[in-house]
Amino acid sequence: MANEKFVYVTYIATSPEKVWNALLDGELTRQYWKHENLSDWNPGSKWEHVAGNGQRTVKVVGTVLECEPNKRLVLTWGEVADAANPAKHSRVAIEIEPVGDMVRLTVTHDDLVPLSDVQRKIENGWPRVLSSLKSFLETGRPLDTWA
Amino acid sequence: MRRGAKEIDRVFKALADPSRRELLDRLHTKNGQTLSELCTGLGMARQSVTQHLQLLEAANLISVQRQGREKLHYFNPVPIHQIYARWIRKFEEQRLEALHNFKAKLEKEGMEYGKRKVRLRNVHRHLP
Repeated sequence: MANEKFVYVTYIATSPEKVWNALLDGELTRQYWKHENLSDWNPGSKWEHVAGNGQRTVKVVGTVLECEPNKRLVLTWGEVADAANPAKHSRVAIEIEPVGDMVRLTVTHDDLVPLSDVQRKIENGWPRVLSSLKSFLETGRPLDTWA
Repeated sequence: MRRGAKEIDRVFKALADPSRRELLDRLHTKNGQTLSELCTGLGMARQSVTQHLQLLEAANLISVQRQGREKLHYFNPVPIHQIYARWIRKFEEQRLEALHNFKAKLEKEGMEYGKRKVRLRNVHRHLP
């Protein structure tokens, strides 16, 4: 069975730089995502998705595959239990393109094991994260979808 | 009209058609289908399906990706989540708050009484 692929798209009235910062700056991600993404963002480096509260629980781990600021970020995405097992990681490509006076943000998550826990989590997660990010950048207010 | 309002208008209009909802359901069941796959068993002219897909794409409810010579269609639930956050969740807030309070109370009782189980017949007292 082919591995699953999902494509999430949102158009945001802002600049590519602001979207890029909003994805990587922990001060910002904590506000609309409740998490931080930590890495030096060099290709080959590790990255971690960490709860933004006091407990700093690591939720996702992976490797940076490509990093082109304000344009494109490609990561592997693994459960913490699979940290040392990259063959089990899925893959996320984040692309930022200006379209008129807006920005199209596309998140393509593929190499997912069908019906896995990871698939279930990301299917719930990305639509929330992207609509909260859009609201945050356009109105200054995130969506409170984690209560 | 505000830009955000236009965006959401396109989503509601795109959803206000049973054939387009059927196409979204099919993509939700199996993501990344070609036009031919989507036409199978739909009882609709290929050209009509193409038009419906264009409308869904304009509303950002699907995205189209090229893979070799094929165009694959992917369901994009982000605008539907925006509708949920704007139009549905606020009507659920009272219930969510009640559930939240109920959970907090159970956890408090759990701490006070150790492992003693909270009896189900008390549950109704905490719900609206």
